[in-house]
Amino acid sequence: MFGGDEVIREFLVESHENLDQLDNAFVSLEEDSGARDRIAEIFRTIHTIKGTAGFLGFSSLERLTHKGESLLSALRDGSLDLTPAITSGLLKMVDEVRLLLRNIEETGKEGDANHDALIAELLALNTPGAPNKPPSPADDPSPPKSSPTAAASEVDGAPPTQSAPAPSAVAPESSAPAVAPAPAQPTSAPAPAPAQPASAPAATPVQEMIEPAPVAQKARQSSVAESYVRVDVQNLDRLMNLVGELVLARNQLNRLGSRFDAQAFQSTSQMLNLITSELQEGVMKTRMQPIGNVWDKLPRVVRDLAVTCGKQVRIQMVGRETEIDRAILEAIKDPLTHIVRNAIDHGLESADVRAAKGKPRTGILSLRAAHESGHITIEVSDDGGGINLDRVGKKAVERGLLTPDQLARISPRDLSMMIFAPAFSTAAQVTNVSGRGVGMDVVKTNIEKIGGAVDIVSQPGEGTTIRLKIPLTLAIVPALIVSTSNGQERFAIPQANLVELVRLKGEKAISGVEFIRERPVMRLRGNLLPLIYLDKVLQLQPSVVEPGSDPVLNVVVVQADKQTFGLVVDGILDTEEIVVKPLGKVFNDLTVFAGATIMGDGRVALIVDVAGLANHAQVLRPNRSDGTSDHDVITNEASNDDSAESLLLFELPGHSRMAVPLNLVDRLEEFEPDRIENVGKFRVIQYRNEILRLIELNEILGGVRPPADKPTNVIVYSTHGQTVGISVGKITDIVQGLVQGATPVTDSKFLKAAIVDGKITEILDIQTLVESRLQTMRGLAA
Amino acid sequence: MTATSTEAGLICTFYLDGQCYGVDVAHVQEVVRHQEMTAVPLASPSVGGLINLRGQIVAAIEMRHRFGLPVRPAAKLPMNVVIQSDLSAISLLVDEIGDVIDVTNIPFERPPDSTGSAKGLVERVYKLDNQLLFVIDVNRTVREEPAHSEGTSHA
Repeated sequence: MFGGDEVIREFLVESHENLDQLDNAFVSLEEDSGARDRIAEIFRTIHTIKGTAGFLGFSSLERLTHKGESLLSALRDGSLDLTPAITSGLLKMVDEVRLLLRNIEETGKEGDANHDALIAELLALNTPGAPNKPPSPADDPSPPKSSPTAAASEVDGAPPTQSAPAPSAVAPESSAPAVAPAPAQPTSAPAPAPAQPASAPAATPVQEMIEPAPVAQKARQSSVAESYVRVDVQNLDRLMNLVGELVLARNQLNRLGSRFDAQAFQSTSQMLNLITSELQEGVMKTRMQPIGNVWDKLPRVVRDLAVTCGKQVRIQMVGRETEIDRAILEAIKDPLTHIVRNAIDHGLESADVRAAKGKPRTGILSLRAAHESGHITIEVSDDGGGINLDRVGKKAVERGLLTPDQLARISPRDLSMMIFAPAFSTAAQVTNVSGRGVGMDVVKTNIEKIGGAVDIVSQPGEGTTIRLKIPLTLAIVPALIVSTSNGQERFAIPQANLVELVRLKGEKAISGVEFIRERPVMRLRGNLLPLIYLDKVLQLQPSVVEPGSDPVLNVVVVQADKQTFGLVVDGILDTEEIVVKPLGKVFNDLTVFAGATIMGDGRVALIVDVAGLANHAQVLRPNRSDGTSDHDVITNEASNDDSAESLLLFELPGHSRMAVPLNLVDRLEEFEPDRIENVGKFRVIQYRNEILRLIELNEILGGVRPPADKPTNVIVYSTHGQTVGISVGKITDIVQGLVQGATPVTDSKFLKAAIVDGKITEILDIQTLVESRLQTMRGLAA
Repeated sequence: MTATSTEAGLICTFYLDGQCYGVDVAHVQEVVRHQEMTAVPLASPSVGGLINLRGQIVAAIEMRHRFGLPVRPAAKLPMNVVIQSDLSAISLLVDEIGDVIDVTNIPFERPPDSTGSAKGLVERVYKLDNQLLFVIDVNRTVREEPAHSEGTSHA
């Protein structure tokens, strides 16, 4: 059983606590026997223990509590009145339950104690006519708890083990057998034969000799029952908030401290610093729970699913003790279950298929969790067939998530990521498990919602690993503090969204920003990075560069939902641990901020919601890779709205509006006419220390030759290691558009007409064009 | 015509552009002097900003804007009347704080329909000796958009 020990331990802790309450409940019941709700409360406790005991396979415990429960139920329904006899009987049962629990705690087993006498007594008590039959308790009712104690110690004489009170009273039983087995019973419990059950149960269990060292018993007892305190989660949350305040106050003090020089102050402040950090860590720990708490639910899910799918699956777990904030634990529960279900349904093959492939018939699903530099990584791997990329690709095109062109260029990893696209499912058949295409995208959204990330690695034939990167906590996050509007406004950008910082100085700060139509972009290692000016997008006072000063451009490159863009700010101030506070319902419609925080100087700063800001500013999505390779083009329209794609619009004299998919464009350049040279039959240009061949679109497609004295707009395109420039008339805009109804137009194999944003647009098939052109050139050169 | 009636209670009064307004003291958490505010870009124009109230971040509503009054002269710093509405704590930015008035025995009227931009926000009108006192409905004041954009407000 997975986590069986854990379950039992929890059961023990909980039961011990409940039993302690029961004692009080019984006592107060005796004072006011009419208190129905008290009885109901006791009933519930016993019922819970019974249920859990039955579930965990502790049959004696179950049998005993069952009898007690019946009795309590009669009391609760009013068919029986509470008499001291009944109270005693029930208390005896409670003591017996304690004993059993202790045995379980120490040995993992219930022991072979015989409860027949007590059970018989409880039964007798439950017969309405005869509630007074089990008589003698009548004379030892008021301190019912003490009676077993007394009785027990009388019986056993002085077993060397114990002298402790109530709960331990029953403990001697286990040692009693060793001392004086059978005889003990008759002698001590003779007179009130069925009655003095106080001693009866104590004596009956005689047979067994489960006898762990008594000292150890006591130690263990306290370790489980007393070393845990149940705390209201709200208390923890409050504590967490207060610690948050303390962190802020400390930050303030630190800032203040930098102004003085007093040695004493410095060292005190440093001390405070340390203590605060430790306190913060400590309080965070109280909210931490092992991830195993969530994992424990999975084996069952896996088993049921494996049966449904007719597969054999074994589940492995590594790092189940990895601790994670409970709020986050709650948030990843469903996504995790989903991933596991998906792995079994789609990932693992059926036993026969596996056998045919020479793999063990039983598939292995492994879960791994580990702390990793302020994050938690959780991996769900299967050793199944891996993701069938062909099928994913076909499906993606079918669903309009990718164009065939994009499919041809997409990297395997990005293609794998397509399974997280909305409405995507590769299951050939919709099963009741999965295949309806909801799920994996929800997984991704939910993980990203809490600041996490999803990654996928798949080896054909060897399996798939889905990796989740999750922040440790939500309440306190590291953030970059930036300023804008001439330093008047400060904003916090969560570190989780941060990619890099770029600072351009002097001439570069001016020439580094280019405009495609009115949209500013920057080149970052060969890729076009859309820019957002924070002051503009937030409609703040624009930053003014003082005349004469050295121009500087600070760009914070951020990423959200796979959109990468540059945020232009005035200054980059600091990184700080900030406490995220909600903005309140007044600002419900405001999506550009994720919350607010209090800065070191006591002022409030807003936390930028990068995704919200991007949406607000409608950042272009140039669909470029993260700068690693020009060919490694990310095409995740998937995470965008269905089949919209970014198109570069340009004008060619004599043609209607023309467009190429932006993701096929490497770079955009503008060349002065005198830079274009003729080499042999070719027109070339010196470009980045290489010779760039130019293809003049108007020559191929026909049209008016652009005026020779104007600069030429050139699209730089790479294919198979060759880079060419395509001179187009004038680049006008980049739009996010839906390409509808692309149909070939008559005169050129390179053009298709489509409707983009309601206007007829000629879409240039740049791949075909360049390839055919390169062939021609080779022919010419030969 | 509007009927007069009375309602027991204490009213915390404040002034906006010379006019006396008030809120039921039961709603008022505290009154604090001017606090440094952080503007919230792109928020509704009646939001004055955010203040740090002993570690709690509280949104401040510019009451002059709310009532369609002229903008407060820059030299005059607003006071914060922090109230507990059903949307948590909110600060009302006002010109000045007045007295707390016991209105238990003073008859009030419902505002006439033509209170202009303050329509719907004023709950009761008291005729005091030398002035009118407009008692505002705190929850509506906080929740609804300013009167001039009432068409788009969500009830």
